[in-house]
Amino acid sequence: MTSETQPATPQSEGQSSKGTIRVLQLYPREMNIYGDWGNALVLKQRIKWHGYTPELLEYNVGDDFPDDVDIIVGGGGQDSGQLVIQDDLQARADQLRELADNGAPMLVICGLYQLFGKFFKTSTGPTIPGIGILDVETQGTDERLIGNVIMKSAEFGDIMGYENHSGQTTLGPGVQPLGTVTKGAGNNSKDGHEGARYNNVVASYLHGSLLPKNPAIADFLIRTAAERKFGTFVPGSPDDDYARLAREHAARRPR
Amino acid sequence: MLSFSVPLGKLVRTLSRLRGGGSAFPGLVVEKIDPRFMQRTLASLPHGVAVVSGTNGKTTTTKMVVELLESQGLKVFTNRSGSNFTRGVAASLLGEVDWRGRLDADIAILELDEAHAVHFVNKVPPRYSLLLNVLRDQLDRFGEIDKTARLLEHIASKTTDTVVLNREDPRVARIAKTINTLDAVHHPEVRYFGLDESLRSTFPNDDEMRTGSGPSPSGTSVAAAPGETVDLPDADVVLRRVGAQDADFEFDGKTVTTTMKLRGVYNIFNAAAALSLTRAVLGTGPIDTPKLVKALGDVAPAFGRGESLTVDGQPLELVLVKNPSGFRLGLKSFPAGGYATMIAINDNYADGRDMSWLWDVEFESLREGGVDVLTGVRAYDMALRLQYDDVPFGTVEPDITAALRTFIDGSRGKPKRIFCTYTSMLAIRRELAKITIVEVVS
Repeated sequence: MTSETQPATPQSEGQSSKGTIRVLQLYPREMNIYGDWGNALVLKQRIKWHGYTPELLEYNVGDDFPDDVDIIVGGGGQDSGQLVIQDDLQARADQLRELADNGAPMLVICGLYQLFGKFFKTSTGPTIPGIGILDVETQGTDERLIGNVIMKSAEFGDIMGYENHSGQTTLGPGVQPLGTVTKGAGNNSKDGHEGARYNNVVASYLHGSLLPKNPAIADFLIRTAAERKFGTFVPGSPDDDYARLAREHAARRPR
Repeated sequence: MLSFSVPLGKLVRTLSRLRGGGSAFPGLVVEKIDPRFMQRTLASLPHGVAVVSGTNGKTTTTKMVVELLESQGLKVFTNRSGSNFTRGVAASLLGEVDWRGRLDADIAILELDEAHAVHFVNKVPPRYSLLLNVLRDQLDRFGEIDKTARLLEHIASKTTDTVVLNREDPRVARIAKTINTLDAVHHPEVRYFGLDESLRSTFPNDDEMRTGSGPSPSGTSVAAAPGETVDLPDADVVLRRVGAQDADFEFDGKTVTTTMKLRGVYNIFNAAAALSLTRAVLGTGPIDTPKLVKALGDVAPAFGRGESLTVDGQPLELVLVKNPSGFRLGLKSFPAGGYATMIAINDNYADGRDMSWLWDVEFESLREGGVDVLTGVRAYDMALRLQYDDVPFGTVEPDITAALRTFIDGSRGKPKRIFCTYTSMLAIRRELAKITIVEVVS
């Protein structure tokens, strides 16, 4: 039985934490559709399994923005949710951009991926401004890209998940794609790539949730956070047997 | 009208049944040769048509409404075989009409999937509709829940007499407002079924889903916070209390206590929904309340909805889970203590292909007893999910036949419970039918 995994570093009684890593969830109230909580949970548990102490924080519309945040995660929402957070996100744009420019690790999925870009032009007309951290533009369409996705990434190996979006995102020169799609659509129906990378920001359309079946990305975020905060990252050894098996089975499923 | 369409349709139905074919094909045939067959037949019913829709609980609620109305002497037509789409209704009708196309019934109670209900009500405006809830389910089909809410709104807008709404689901309760702004010749009457304040926390809605472990929510939630009753309208039927084997319902200013065969708080809340629709249908006519209450207590769960079978002299319960709220309610309604547990997760089209939903369910309640067996195509996704909630588990075996054998052999002498997605439930029932008595579903 391996599911009762405890912090994996074999230290004796009174083992001390290697330090606290603070994870901020952006707008979990409006932007948490399709299992985005899974990403926060995976970070929380893996921080612990690596021997650090996790602290989970939430930022919702109108809250005070915490000063010392080590990892930021944000998810997808319905159109109505995006409208609710829009003004507040604009008010936080400078802070978030500064964090991203300075190398803070971030994961933004689906709706917040779009809003971290330059703009979202909806299919019905109005254009929702983004906060421009990512050099990407999104055009709303009537076509919904839905289904299992597998992509290849030099940085993270095979990445797998599930996409469900009608916005089509085009990347500018300021970002790199997260990966090259081998199954599914990705950012849009023609370019054959998925997600975006800028500094230590990882952006993707993939749900599933993304981090449970792609622990390499979770560990990248944790490692980056630890190195920025403590100068070094001393990993533990989380048990990823079930992640590996879940990936093997997921890879065989139809689109 | 084509006088031969009904006999031909019935003949096709008989033939396709002999071949063991799908239940909707005869519906397709009659739709092609006699497009108005369904409207014409349903229009002849003295009490008209009632549509039951929403994400969770349609099947059980429809079954309850049928039995409640039958307790009052009404003859009820219903689409029992899970054919919850327009062509399926036509096919079910063919099975019931006589050779001249007449339906011997007072009313039709139809369970309809949200998207199909929209097509149906465009063809046959229902006299009554009962809208249960809007929850995350099959988002890969409907896109998002606000869109699903608009489908239900459309059903309400086509209803001619009474719309029965869930007072506790903000997306459903809000439909009352949209009906009143409709530019229609008439507005249907609205009535609600509701929950006692003390039970409200048992039913977190999707918007409140994450607030349990985070900071307490501030004012933006669309739902009334627990304890906040100011804005809630009066309900026709209120579920006041749920006991181990009984429940209290309040209507007409009185509280009635009845024993319940149904298990699970959410099933019993649907009983309040069924009562309210039944009362709407019966209208101002006489109601035999003792018979009504007895019928309510006698309703047995629909297949796979908390249904209890017997294996090796011990109960084996099947709990259908198809979305995060349903899974959370299932875990809450069926406490793990004393039970051996199996979880079966498939990702076929009817289950939904996206596994994200498992991450919106908290499994802490299974931590103490653990889970004996994990199975289904996505057994390893479930294993990964439990690992992150620190829930111990035993065998992981994607093959359902093998897993079921391991589960039964490994938990002899213990009551058992299986949480299963739709297609895994069908597979489990097929296997169980080899060793115990399983209700045949046509």
